[in-house]
Amino acid sequence: MNTATTTIPVAGAHHGDHHGHHQPSGVLRWITTTNHKDIGTMYLTFALIMFFVGGLMILAVRVELFQPGLQLMRPEFFNQLIGVHALVMIFAALMPAATGFANWQIPLMIGAPDMALPRVNNWGFWLLPPAALLLTLPFVLSLFGIGDGALATGWTMYAPLSVQGGFGVDFAIFAVHLLGVSSILGSINIIVTIFNMRAPGMTMMKLPLFAWGWLITAFLLIATIPVLAGAVTMLLADRHFGTHFFSAAGGGDPILFQHLFWFFGHPEVYILLLPVWGLMPHVISTFSRKPIYGYKAQVYAFMAIGVLSVVVWAHHFFTVGMPTPALIYFMFATMSISLPLAVLFFCWIATMWRGAISFETPMLFALGFIVLFGIAGLTGLVLADVAADAQYHHSYFVVAHFHYALFAGGIMGVMTGVYYWLPKWTGRMYSERLGKLHFWLTAISFNLTFMPQFFLGLAGMPRRIPDYALQFAEFNAISTVGAFVLGFSQLIFAWNVWQCAKGGAKAPAKAWEGASGLEWELSSPPPYHSWETQPQVA
Amino acid sequence: MSAITAKLENPSYFVPQPTVYPFLLSSGLFALTLGFILKMNDYPPGPWIMLGGAGIIAYVLFAWFGRIIGESQGGAYRDWEDKSFRYGMIWFIASEVMFFAAFFGALFYMRTISVPELGAMQAAHGTTLYPGFTGAWPSSGPKGPLFTPMSAWGIPAINTALLLSSGVTVTIAHWGLLQNRRFQLNAGLFATVALGVAFLILQAYEYHHAYTELGLTLAAGAYGATFFMLTGFHGFHVTLGTIMLSVVLGRTLKGHLTPERHFAFEGIAWYWHFVDVVWLLLFVLVYWL
Repeated sequence: MNTATTTIPVAGAHHGDHHGHHQPSGVLRWITTTNHKDIGTMYLTFALIMFFVGGLMILAVRVELFQPGLQLMRPEFFNQLIGVHALVMIFAALMPAATGFANWQIPLMIGAPDMALPRVNNWGFWLLPPAALLLTLPFVLSLFGIGDGALATGWTMYAPLSVQGGFGVDFAIFAVHLLGVSSILGSINIIVTIFNMRAPGMTMMKLPLFAWGWLITAFLLIATIPVLAGAVTMLLADRHFGTHFFSAAGGGDPILFQHLFWFFGHPEVYILLLPVWGLMPHVISTFSRKPIYGYKAQVYAFMAIGVLSVVVWAHHFFTVGMPTPALIYFMFATMSISLPLAVLFFCWIATMWRGAISFETPMLFALGFIVLFGIAGLTGLVLADVAADAQYHHSYFVVAHFHYALFAGGIMGVMTGVYYWLPKWTGRMYSERLGKLHFWLTAISFNLTFMPQFFLGLAGMPRRIPDYALQFAEFNAISTVGAFVLGFSQLIFAWNVWQCAKGGAKAPAKAWEGASGLEWELSSPPPYHSWETQPQVA
Repeated sequence: MSAITAKLENPSYFVPQPTVYPFLLSSGLFALTLGFILKMNDYPPGPWIMLGGAGIIAYVLFAWFGRIIGESQGGAYRDWEDKSFRYGMIWFIASEVMFFAAFFGALFYMRTISVPELGAMQAAHGTTLYPGFTGAWPSSGPKGPLFTPMSAWGIPAINTALLLSSGVTVTIAHWGLLQNRRFQLNAGLFATVALGVAFLILQAYEYHHAYTELGLTLAAGAYGATFFMLTGFHGFHVTLGTIMLSVVLGRTLKGHLTPERHFAFEGIAWYWHFVDVVWLLLFVLVYWL
């Protein structure tokens, strides 16, 4: 990928009422902003706050699971915590973080003045706080004796449990609707920006891989979020308007909900991971001081994964009783995803091959990501095996697997991106010492938390149950200790980011010696309208 | 490359001023949904909160679209921005396609899998929870109420004719716009709006007929649920389309939109054709077959 540029005056940004206009200040600036960097900052800040909110919920769960028996909470409250933890982490932490990256980076990386639809961009963000409020409000209301608490069905909201559940389900349904609208707005904006705002000369096959990863993500969101919206709308109708979508008495079927939910739910995994896979090659190339290996192969792998991800959904419920041909199809289709995924892994490793590698914090996180996310991929292959899945289904093995995918793959990928681009965003360097401490504490305590859960699952401990047999006690105790170290080491991250923004050492325009790409040609931090003059890409 | 040429003609891209509308719209949606949840669960302030939310949303729609129309008339949008709107509309309609796909998927699933399987329990397992249930379509399920399915060749056939005609009239209006024949534009748009309103009136009559005479309600099992959810969401989209077309008609009567710059018209025309195609699928798959 050649990103050599010569700056010629081609295009930039103009305003409704020319220059000299006044920008609102204080809170109003953040409420009204149409600037992609302001909105990106809001997305990332919101994601960090909700990351701690979701984390506190699951720490309460881990305390309950520290010993066998019920000691801290009622089982109903336990059920609410696990379901809302998942929804918060997926929809209010990981997805907003990825969208924050897109907002900050895509205009910088493709040479655009801003996102293509700035007001829509603002709306996409400001739908998130109301949605998060809807998710968590039932907890508060139940303290005042109103209702019976939040969604208590697990995040998958399976019928018939969710049809019979309390009003927390209604709150979750509308939270999902608002979050869905936000995702679709964000996706439309990103697609339009990539198609229409690229600098002259930047053909699609010169597009940075991060933008490619997000482009496929955006297509997946547009293809699947409306199906989730349809599914929860049917659920709402079954709950309140007398329909029988998920009830056999009327000719419906609870399994229909699982099909609709996982038609969204499985691509959602790739929605969470593709932005991270897109940023990985940039980081690895920078700290290996070598160009990205296999650019085209990675683009085609993104596409292949995007297509495959929407045709494998039923592997989430192999045990539900499907015809054998369906089981076999979904098994092999699922396993075939490992081929393009392996292409990505080998491209990342080949990028490092014989490079002059240095181990700054982003590179440490990238390497940790490759190893730990590799474990997620390999255990995923095991789960995709229909025969073996009968043992693993709904056990802690699954919990461990998807936390290797979504914490080690998703969250650690996000950490990689934050450390990598923080100097660009703030114009200042973070503390490398704290960053490395954060990495090692995270990597070790993450494994301490989730590795035992593989063994728990293999030994037969079911997920989503607040009590367990005595034989599982040791592994659960270890997992809880790990979870607390993991949770509290994230405070180092928050502190490091805060200190960096407040007064770190000044960062140059090109913050990393080995970095390449348009974003490093702008000052750190970049000017308010990123590329007032579009660069010409050779 | 045409994209680059377009950029060269445009000195710069329009980045709008800070705006409070999206925040207000989200607040309105929050109140609307919160009020709806409370209402469904019989908490007294629900309807009032909903009303407040709906009021905020209505205000924002007027104000936000008003500002966009003002910007458009002021010449803020040129080829580069126009292209963004077009891409945006295309992908918005794509998401709508997937929304309807979920409900069509539910229809196919119930019709070809869950209902026949419930009917075949005796044969497959030697016992059944629902003796006498054959699983024939249309069905309200083994425990559903008796009902008469909606015949395709009454109101639905007339509605098909109305919507297909409206697709023609909107195209006639488009030709008028492109050749700057304003009467043809206004008359075509007016006819399209009128056909949309006629469709909605007939659909309201059809629903009344279904509820009062056919025993066909939302609670009529698989058939009732898919029938009303599919035709209902379609009718909701026709309503939105009719409102949007009326706004465009109001604008063309004031002399807005030129042969060169008229995304507002084309975006809604695309939307209208999309709603048309959904109806054709509904007519064939829900009413007819």
